Amino acid sequence: MAADVHIWWIGADAADDRLLETIRERTAASFGVQARLYRHADRPNHAFDPRRGQHSSTAILKWLVARDQPGHRMLAITDADLFIPVLTFVYGEAQLGGRAAVVSTARLLVDQGGRHDAALAADRIVKECVHELGHTFGLLHCDSPGCVMRRSVNAIEVDAKTMTLCGPCEARYRELRHEDGHHE
Amino acid sequence: MSKERTRILVVDDEEIVRESLSGWLAKDGYTLATAHDGPTALEMLRQSRWSILLVDLKMPGMDGLQVLEASKQIQPDVAAVIMTAYATVETAVEAMKSGAYDYLVKPFDPEELSLMMVKIVAQQALVRENVLLRKVLKRDFHFRDMVSKNPAMHRMFDLARSAAKSQSTILILGESGTGKELLARAIHAESPRQAAPFVAVSCAALTETLLESELFGHEKGSFTGAVARRKGRFEVAHGGTLFLDEIGDISPKLQLDLLRVLEERKLVRVGGTDPIDVDVRIIAATNRDLKKAAADGQFREDLYYRLNVIPILLPPLRERREDIPLLVEHFLEHLSVETDRQIEGVSADALAALMRHDWPGNVRELRNVLERGMVVAKDQLIHPEDLGLSGSGLRTDTSDPGLTLDEVERRHITAVLQHTGGNVTQAARTLDIDRVTLYNKIKKYGLRRGEDDGFSEPPAARS
Repeated sequence: MAADVHIWWIGADAADDRLLETIRERTAASFGVQARLYRHADRPNHAFDPRRGQHSSTAILKWLVARDQPGHRMLAITDADLFIPVLTFVYGEAQLGGRAAVVSTARLLVDQGGRHDAALAADRIVKECVHELGHTFGLLHCDSPGCVMRRSVNAIEVDAKTMTLCGPCEARYRELRHEDGHHE
Repeated sequence: MSKERTRILVVDDEEIVRESLSGWLAKDGYTLATAHDGPTALEMLRQSRWSILLVDLKMPGMDGLQVLEASKQIQPDVAAVIMTAYATVETAVEAMKSGAYDYLVKPFDPEELSLMMVKIVAQQALVRENVLLRKVLKRDFHFRDMVSKNPAMHRMFDLARSAAKSQSTILILGESGTGKELLARAIHAESPRQAAPFVAVSCAALTETLLESELFGHEKGSFTGAVARRKGRFEVAHGGTLFLDEIGDISPKLQLDLLRVLEERKLVRVGGTDPIDVDVRIIAATNRDLKKAAADGQFREDLYYRLNVIPILLPPLRERREDIPLLVEHFLEHLSVETDRQIEGVSADALAALMRHDWPGNVRELRNVLERGMVVAKDQLIHPEDLGLSGSGLRTDTSDPGLTLDEVERRHITAVLQHTGGNVTQAARTLDIDRVTLYNKIKKYGLRRGEDDGFSEPPAARS
């Protein structure tokens, strides 16, 4: 059976398989979909902007869509720092109601005191992955404290939210899936 | 609050900027659109309402500041944020001077953009709430030009609003100066007859013959001086509203004539023979106890019942003192336009004096006192001494032995009228003369009376 979501490590460093497996489990559980890890050596090197020393998240999304077969959602995870032209950085970007999402681990690995906390970093990355994937299903940002769909523009805000959808977002997700022709 | 109501327009000549910025903000639930240049943005502003404008400073042709200035002409309340790649103090100052809400230096921190949007949305929500509250306040305290927060007045406003929708005759009861004509005008304006004329007649100001001709008109040659056919006020008010003020003062003959017109909806001009159909809504007013006058046989009982279909009682100002601060604010607002003088308000002492006063001339007297205060105030506040209320007992300077009898009379009448706040009935009672005589003397001495004014000496006589 084909997976609903393909999760693909596109970073320069070696993949953290345990982290990727956690992301797979968590996203599958959050959205009730099939998720599978997708491995390929291709990397979106063209998305690197030498002036900014960052990768364009928008260019990565376009690259993902061009590569994937219709019917799947692609969640790419990278260790590159991401940007969109008007902003200094983004934790991730997704096509709203589309097929592609990308999340960067670059700014989520270090905690506030500058120390590395693997568990905290994993939590943050999982939250942002669920968040960006939520956008591909059509979910907007949510104002409820704790909801994974709440916008976070710094690590404190990422830490403040949970990994799960709040009640109204959960209901909205079901509605959107129903509209999309996915009946439970 | 739904973020969909916040409409953001991104104006930038770079497609990638428009796309990424609008995509980022759309995920917050805002309604987004983009424009690639200034003229397109201005056209979009002309076509629909936008809450926030994010404009790039450097664009070919029309730059961001020009777009900003033009946008303020089209939608003054739009919050415009200038985006620039070059952060200089000059740019920032120029943007703010042009009326920008703020500016952002590209690339901007996501936190900065997010917070700015939240702040703008919150401020605009407050402004909207403020406008809404003001509207509610206005609706709650106002009935057209009348203001009050007194519960009895509110019940009266409700009754007047309902009565306005009907065709029934209304009888407004209240002391002089309580705003009977203002209420009649408000009822007319709220009625289905609002597009037709509102005609007011003061029944006490004219002799019986003149009032008859005034109301019903006359044919040419019907009496000495009737050199041409003239339409009466009933005919002039056809389709609209006829306001008969001081109805309690009309003669028995006119009471009968009026009763006939009310019953038959037809009239015959003085000296004429052909009946003329009239369609008027009657609003009558009096400061007399008409019921008692009817019981005493001074007023036709049948006419009283014809008029008293919907009685509306206007309470005197002394019974709704809580309205004085609201009325002061209302009148000062109007008077500042009329007199072209900006006054901040009344001092606490002056307000206390206004609250203490008995207001025999009611709201009209209050307006006159404030007009005087506004004229004589030496600074931005009206003080107690500006109001001329202190020792408001009747004083007339007629002791000069060089004065003619006419001058003494003129001064005395002026003083009495000022004391009663323009209340002619009360002044006539004090002077022990009938109201028609008093009106004639007012005319003789050229004492001015505006629609809502009290009486004053003509300007030339002012010292």
